[in-house]
Amino acid sequence: MGCSSSSTKTRRSETSLRAALIIQNWYRGYKARLKARQHYALTIFQSIEYADEQGQMQLSTFFSFMLENYTHIHKEELELRNQSLESEQDLRDRWDYVDSIDVPDSYNGPRLQFPLTCTDIDLLLEAFKEQQDLHGKLDDLFLIFYKNGLPSERNPYVFNGDFVDRGKNSIEILMILCVSFLVYPNDLHLNRGNHEDFMMNLRYGFTKEILCKYKLHGKRILQILEELYAWLPIGTVVDNEILVIHGGISETTDLNLLHRVERNKMKSVLIPPAETNRDHDTDSKHNKVGVTFNAHGRIKTNGSPTEHLTKHEWEQIIDILWSDPRGKNGCFPNTCRGGGCYFGPDVTSKILNKYQLKMLIRSHECKPEGYEICHDGKVVTIFSASNYYEEGSNRGAYIKLCSGTTPRFFQYQVTKATCFQPLRQRVDTMENSAIKILRERVISRKSDLTRAFQLQDHRKSGKLSVSQWAFCMENILGLNLPWRSLSSNLVNIDQNGNVEYMSSFQNIRIEKPVQEAHSTLVETLYRYRSDLEIIFNAIDTDHSGLISMEEFRAMWKLFSSHYNVLIDDSQVNKLANIMDLNKDGSIDFNEFLKAFYVVHRYEDLMKPDVTNLG
Amino acid sequence: MADEKDREEIIVAEFHKKIKEAFEVFDHESNNTVDVREIGTIIRSLGCCPTEGELHDLIAEVEEEEPTGYIRFEKFLPVMTEILLERKYRPIPEDVLLRAFEVLDSAKRGFLTKEELIKYMTEEGEPFSQEEMEEMLSAAIDPESNSINYKDYITMMVIDEN
Repeated sequence: MGCSSSSTKTRRSETSLRAALIIQNWYRGYKARLKARQHYALTIFQSIEYADEQGQMQLSTFFSFMLENYTHIHKEELELRNQSLESEQDLRDRWDYVDSIDVPDSYNGPRLQFPLTCTDIDLLLEAFKEQQDLHGKLDDLFLIFYKNGLPSERNPYVFNGDFVDRGKNSIEILMILCVSFLVYPNDLHLNRGNHEDFMMNLRYGFTKEILCKYKLHGKRILQILEELYAWLPIGTVVDNEILVIHGGISETTDLNLLHRVERNKMKSVLIPPAETNRDHDTDSKHNKVGVTFNAHGRIKTNGSPTEHLTKHEWEQIIDILWSDPRGKNGCFPNTCRGGGCYFGPDVTSKILNKYQLKMLIRSHECKPEGYEICHDGKVVTIFSASNYYEEGSNRGAYIKLCSGTTPRFFQYQVTKATCFQPLRQRVDTMENSAIKILRERVISRKSDLTRAFQLQDHRKSGKLSVSQWAFCMENILGLNLPWRSLSSNLVNIDQNGNVEYMSSFQNIRIEKPVQEAHSTLVETLYRYRSDLEIIFNAIDTDHSGLISMEEFRAMWKLFSSHYNVLIDDSQVNKLANIMDLNKDGSIDFNEFLKAFYVVHRYEDLMKPDVTNLG
Repeated sequence: MADEKDREEIIVAEFHKKIKEAFEVFDHESNNTVDVREIGTIIRSLGCCPTEGELHDLIAEVEEEEPTGYIRFEKFLPVMTEILLERKYRPIPEDVLLRAFEVLDSAKRGFLTKEELIKYMTEEGEPFSQEEMEEMLSAAIDPESNSINYKDYITMMVIDEN
């Protein structure tokens, strides 16, 4: 007893208090930096996703350009199949087609009986559950049905678009939704999203999935899907109070127009309405009116302006499918995506008031928590695909509406066993994935970046300040990213804090299809490979996977002039020849494009797994 | 003198850009504001380590007269710039961290039991929330011995951060 021992006690507890504080402080700092890294990774994924969508929109102008010039120049060479319009006959043909499909006895998958009933829904769900390769979005759908119950008259659902693309089970999801719709047509509602668009499917994977899974009937299925998409409703109004649409609104959104517009005429975001529609001018010489592509080789020519929407109608739909809410008042072009707009809280209020609505529910943007509320509670973003970019990237959510009560949110995250990894490892995975795709962007612009770096490097030292390096990266890549924070992941920095700029390219290279190929050419073809794939598909009128050398040359000429690509035409020809892809004067374009890919440095791919104490 | 001033201006400009980048990542509505609950994360992501108490004071500095739940960039920037210029809230060096664990490990065994760690982290200092505690445990505790070998733990974390 006595003073000394109690002061020892106080001293001891003081030191342990200080020690605890130190550890807590350090841990919170560590956790915060993990969280920041997670957000950086998400930002990378999102920027690249939107930049790709912008690229997709840009193709739209190229297609118009191509249609004007291509068909005009090469009408004799190109076999323009003058198809008749979709008619009664086509409809009958479709039924005949379905009847003629032979399902062998050996098929042991689900067999649906028409008219469909809820047992057919169960059948499908059971069958798909047993598939080995279930990850991503199908798991999310199962989870929602498990938590919230299957759709029925007492359990109505609205699915807000983007059912397909990216995940591996898009067709299964679509089938479940369609069958459910047929069984409960008044209780299951489907809204069109910007990915319910055959042009988007070409870039984002669904077309490939169909052609892979349905070797015989794939093309026909794609044709039917093209129509199905166009008939999907553009939006749903719940209880006269809540507007549910995929993207957003603009200050000119006209719900009455959208209600009466003939939505089936909206084929694709990449097929804008013909300019002359408004004045019903049929100047056949220019061949501008009503020449459209679809992905299956049918170049329809028709002079009737009623086959298309007016420009105004088309833009109204684009706004609904592509817009994003932002905090700033007003309505601005959506520069990230290249279509639709950014709409502010004032626009939301204006439109909701105009139609006496209380709330807007939309999707279109991935949110870390699966949902986000903005514009004073008037706008809700709901995103149901968990782990959208990568394992651990985000939660999914759905919203449950009950009349008279406030909406409730349900969150989830479907993951494999690795879910129970500590946060650090999940962030690592996400970050590695994000940096990887960012490097692929960087290498695809190596020539332009190198030029930009060298312009800044007056002393030819091979080094730039972080600021200069960040400036070049942002300008050339067009990605608004936190370059300074990411610099340590992307480049070598010396002791003085300067960037060795050529190290931007050290961890990855584009595989050269043949030694003789010029680097710049290889880089360009790698960079535009997605766009080229879509263009090739559009030209490939019989969907054979082959186009003639003539078509290839003509298309390349147009492409390079429109995209300002400074590559000699002869170089491209030489490359095609060297690669010996000519099979009877045709090019197998899938093989051609597959030859352009990147290789990540070995060490990065085989990162050692840091063993964990937990 | 003029040179020094130039240099400082350049440094400040660089800090501004760095702060803006970190801020924008959390500015979800792209209107130059972030949720006040993210301020701690942003400050820490810039390499600073304020305690919860210090963070609380900082937030009071950057908040509006009438708190809205959001912090504006215009208010955040000068405060954060000063922190960086004065090199405030420096991160904890590895050896200090190790000594802190050793202090708690009075018996000098080289490890802390799960119960001990929980007790210290949730009862002393600026206590952890349940979520924070669970997260730390998931990475730190060796399930077989139900304890944390803090030396190994620190080494692992340091490698990870670099």
